[in-house]
Amino acid sequence: MRIVVAMSGGVDSSVAAALLADEGHEVVGLSMQLYDQQEGQAGFGTCCSLEDLHDARRVAAAIGIPHYVVNFERQFDEHVVSNFVREYAAGRTPLPCARCNSDLKFATLLERARGLGADRVATGHYARVDHDPGTGRFHLRRGADAARDQSYFLFSLDQAQLAGAAFPVGGLDKPAVRTYARNHRLPVADKPDSQEICFVPDHDYASFVARREPSVRREGRLVDQDGRVLGRHDGVHRFTVGQRKGLGLSAPAPLYVLQVRAADGEVVVGPRAALERTKLTASGVNWIEPEPVGARRVSAQIRHRHPPAPGTVTAAGPGRAQLVFDEPQMAVTPGQAVVFYDGDLVVGGGWID
Amino acid sequence: MRIYFDHNATTPVAEEVADALARATRDLFGNASSVHAFGQQAKAAMDEARSAVAALLAAEASDVVFTSGGTEADNLAIRGAAEAREAAGRRHLIASAIEHEAVLNTLKAMARRGWRTTLLPVDAGGLVAPDALRGALADDTALVSVMHANNEIGTVQPIAELAALAHERGAIFHTDAVQSAGKIPVDVRALGVDLLSISAHKFYGPKGTGALWIRRGLRLVPQMTGGRHERNRRAGTENVPGLAAMGVAAAHAAAAQAADAARIGALRDRLEAGILARIAGTAVNGVRAPRVPNTTNVSFDRVEAESLLIALDLEGVAVSTGSACSSGALEPSHVLRAMGLSAHRTQNSIRFSLGSGNTEAEVDHVLDLLPRLVDKLRALTGNWERGIRNEELGMRNEE
Repeated sequence: MRIVVAMSGGVDSSVAAALLADEGHEVVGLSMQLYDQQEGQAGFGTCCSLEDLHDARRVAAAIGIPHYVVNFERQFDEHVVSNFVREYAAGRTPLPCARCNSDLKFATLLERARGLGADRVATGHYARVDHDPGTGRFHLRRGADAARDQSYFLFSLDQAQLAGAAFPVGGLDKPAVRTYARNHRLPVADKPDSQEICFVPDHDYASFVARREPSVRREGRLVDQDGRVLGRHDGVHRFTVGQRKGLGLSAPAPLYVLQVRAADGEVVVGPRAALERTKLTASGVNWIEPEPVGARRVSAQIRHRHPPAPGTVTAAGPGRAQLVFDEPQMAVTPGQAVVFYDGDLVVGGGWID
Repeated sequence: MRIYFDHNATTPVAEEVADALARATRDLFGNASSVHAFGQQAKAAMDEARSAVAALLAAEASDVVFTSGGTEADNLAIRGAAEAREAAGRRHLIASAIEHEAVLNTLKAMARRGWRTTLLPVDAGGLVAPDALRGALADDTALVSVMHANNEIGTVQPIAELAALAHERGAIFHTDAVQSAGKIPVDVRALGVDLLSISAHKFYGPKGTGALWIRRGLRLVPQMTGGRHERNRRAGTENVPGLAAMGVAAAHAAAAQAADAARIGALRDRLEAGILARIAGTAVNGVRAPRVPNTTNVSFDRVEAESLLIALDLEGVAVSTGSACSSGALEPSHVLRAMGLSAHRTQNSIRFSLGSGNTEAEVDHVLDLLPRLVDKLRALTGNWERGIRNEELGMRNEE
């Protein structure tokens, strides 16, 4: 069967393509071109550069599969970049990689793949999807390599999208993936992983957002929990809950961002202890397992690198959920995803209010 | 089985041409500038090639300068003529908006050096109106460059009329005939031009070889400086095997042009009529005449050309769109835009360009395949994206 592999030019998606080709699938490599490369790297980040496209092409040639570049600039801007900027402007901390997965890779790209006669899009994600022929449901699970697990970014894939997804390296650990690449002489076997959001150069989110939406550069006040003004800032987009650096304040004990209020431009700071929260609500909730009736015990992550913490989740109306952690958690951040797990099974997830 | 419908991108090297290239590579290694027998042999081969190329253009051999291809010929023509006329105070350059990038980007480069440039608009059919040129010509116009046939839509410009207008105002006229040479008669005297570019790999010759015809007595400032090759017009040890092969290709093209035009024209018409008849929401871009006989550029309503291109390639059919994508540029086709087509429609267009190796069976195979692929792509369009209305596209089904 024909299957499309989304090839970023990195080692994970390269090995995903090679594995599928080895298994005898008719593999078609597609690289998404997300922004205009003509002016060089100016303004954009590390992934999916011209170099990466060339790497993907070379890997495809090494494997012996056709490779095409598809132009998704408009869709990327519409679904991922605009959302990123809007969220920061609204005092929230976005998760663009999750949006890219649900709105681009397993949406637009999946549609393109079907147009080409492929039934699925495979990526290099460390995650696993399986199908229960009895119930007809698809299950999403963590990748076998716990340190590399990327299931967190796939929480918003619905059943139809999971039906069109494949994660060939999900059952492997990273060293095994690199070994496979070397054994198969893939040109990217030793290429370093991209560590940034693909479209933001040098981790400088604030500059990127300000370039796109100059109105975020609005002066505001840094206040404590009692409303006392401690200082000033020049844009809410520079802050995220739990942030300690860059406040420009000196105090006897370290201060952390507790809340970012875009409406009045106030950023509330306070002691570390004030960052603890036990409850949160989420919207845009996607249930991959059936929506719980009543309360369900889960372990939940509120950040990619957050150790899953036990708690109880209840559905709270269409697309909404409430989560109560057993123990208080630090820096619950609006805009990030909260993902509910049952062991390695992804129950569902939503966007933290 | 692969079907190649992308002859405007490049053509396969003809059997006899490949043989000539191989033979010359092996046996004809001498430097054409050398005095001894090896050099004389090489020079003789070049002379023969030059005559054949000149014959293709109804020109004199000594007015043909060999280059590394069409792009270099365009650069030599534009930069060479502009620099030669600079001292006389002529610092204005004109080209059509639908020229190949080799011309457009050369004009941009000249603009950065201080030349004034004007782009002539084209009408909805892809033609330059002589009045547009008349209006743009100024007393300081050095050069006008309008291509003979356009690579994307195949339309043929009224070169003779345009050249005459340019001459009235003392400007030189260059035409990029890269897409017309070998397809339709190209006669430098009938066209009335001063400079004409061609490229071998568009008429079944090897890549990396081309020529610029220069009207006798016209001075250009050489762009490749060094030795005295090509009568001091273009330095560099000549690629004798390539040029020898180009000569063979030119001779074949001249001999076969009329018959090929008829046969390929019929195939193109069959393909074009078939697409319009069998698939709703299709339209041809550009006037159908005057046009080179092998090209048809078609818009497909509600279909991403990029997707259709890939789908066709996966089925073994090679075609192209107008826009350069894989190199990193995401602009829609400047040719289709210049004709006034919406950005959407430029992204719905596919170019089919046939050649001497194509058959009726291949055309029919593609006609059977296309509706199926188009239907599939249309069925999926808009599930995740907003649909684009027909009216916005301005689509009409042409009969």
